[in-house]
Amino acid sequence: MTTATSTQTFTDTIDKSQTTPVWQPKIVAFLCNWCSYTGADLAGVSRIQWSPFVRTVRVMCSGRVDPTLVMKAFRLGADGVLISGCHPGDCHYSEGNYKAMRRVRLLRRVLQGFGIHPDRLRLVWVSASEGDVWAKVTDEMTETVRNLGQLRLES
Amino acid sequence: MTDATKDHRPDGPAHRLETGATPKPKLALYWAASCGGCEIAVLDINEKILDVAQNFELVFWPVALDYKTKDVEALADREITLCLFNGAIRTDDNRYMAELMRRKSKVVVAFGSCAMEGCIPALSNTTSKEETFNRSYHDSPSTVNPSAIEPSVQTQTDGFALSLPTFWNTVQSLDQVIDVDYYVPGCPPQAHQIWAVLETVIDILNTGKPLPPKGTVLGAGDKTCCAECPRTREEKNITKFFRPHEIKPDPDRCLLDQGILCMGPATRDGCGAKCVSTDMPCRGCYGPPPNARDQGSKMIAALASVIDAKSPEETDAILDGIVDPVGTFYRFSMAKATLGRRLVDHAEVENPDVWGRSPSGENEEVSP
Ligand code: SF4
Ligand code: SF4
Ligand code: SF4
Ligand code: FES
Repeated sequence: MTTATSTQTFTDTIDKSQTTPVWQPKIVAFLCNWCSYTGADLAGVSRIQWSPFVRTVRVMCSGRVDPTLVMKAFRLGADGVLISGCHPGDCHYSEGNYKAMRRVRLLRRVLQGFGIHPDRLRLVWVSASEGDVWAKVTDEMTETVRNLGQLRLES
Repeated sequence: MTDATKDHRPDGPAHRLETGATPKPKLALYWAASCGGCEIAVLDINEKILDVAQNFELVFWPVALDYKTKDVEALADREITLCLFNGAIRTDDNRYMAELMRRKSKVVVAFGSCAMEGCIPALSNTTSKEETFNRSYHDSPSTVNPSAIEPSVQTQTDGFALSLPTFWNTVQSLDQVIDVDYYVPGCPPQAHQIWAVLETVIDILNTGKPLPPKGTVLGAGDKTCCAECPRTREEKNITKFFRPHEIKPDPDRCLLDQGILCMGPATRDGCGAKCVSTDMPCRGCYGPPPNARDQGSKMIAALASVIDAKSPEETDAILDGIVDPVGTFYRFSMAKATLGRRLVDHAEVENPDVWGRSPSGENEEVSP
């Protein structure tokens, strides 16, 4: 019944990839398999530079990102969470991205209730051909989170 | 036990004679940061309380029997067979008692929502100790406190030193301060469930059956409140939320279908659908259902599926009807929220007076 039992491992993995002891934003990004992950892949293939502070997690659909995943990411050390799905009308499960939009709208209010800045959570639409958009939103998100600073949850 | 001249305290002399050679298993009940409702709920099992007295020796129950903490301290470690502990933990004294009961008991049950997940006391985790004190001792309309007295840990008065336990900033559940064996949810647990739990324990003691696995939630179901609810559910397309006083609900239709914020989908069954049977929405007192650790996140997921909106603007307009999302979704489980307490030392945003749209710059998804 206790929360955050695996804090140690997750934070460790993240910290090992950092070479400098200064704080750098840790952003977890959930990308839908059909559009956004392909888009991020395209960014890589096209050798577009994008933020190294964003760790991607591939999910089948943005509508699959349960609020628990977002909360757990923050609890385990993320400073920001990015969710990316297909453009409205393009979701491969027809309405998953609308559901993601409604969840994010509500989650941002809940974050605010916990004293957390809602801009630590962002939902974006990135299609399979938008490698450049992916690069842009990761850079923007990194900037936003850097300005907000490290998220320090209190228990 | 009917002789009025007998000492009725269960471990008084008369009782001891009755027990004879085989001593009864010892039972203790304690309240920490509690409203007392859980204690009354135990008495709601009515005449079955006599069966409890028959099967157990009550060694500690501050609400009903005149035993003191020192009586518990005098017991051997693990001498108490079963301790039902209600109330959350918010002071040094609460923690001391939790640790004492743990040491003296074989089985400790977090009894009721407060002990299990913080419940109403833990709503103060959405604010700070300072704000709580300001409200209680200065600002509330019913407070008259011209010399601005606040409780303090040490007070000197007329040459006497008085002490009070330290009041914590954050309310915790019982299992955040001691090891807990079982959980009984509910604010308070319903009488039929309390009796079911006690009956199971008595059966285990008499037959030597194995105990349920540690951590089991006792006295509740394994589905959601909706599974017990007698109301008819249709496809949900919520376009507006109503607070209970703003609408006269159809007595047969699902309340959530009608736009009343019912926590049923995010709440464990077991109460017998108490509130929803009387036109009141479920507030969520039986805690999250099995496999959901965070009740609030479960409710956010449920609501996002039933709100009828396809643009951020429409969604926001509907969500404006949820007056206090955190207080509503975590009314009973704030101590167990994945995100912890509301940030005080590192707060990034103010708590809005009116719950509305989040402050945000350009970081928004665009409308279709
Ligand atoms: S769980 Fe409810 S009834 Fe029991 S002590 Fe807490 S507030 Fe009171
Ligand atoms: S949401 Fe509430 S009213 Fe509707 S079925 Fe579930 S418990 Fe019953
Ligand atoms: S309907 Fe909900 S709030 Fe009411 S008693 Fe049951 S679980 Fe608790
Ligand atoms: S498949 Fe891309 S958002 Fe649903």
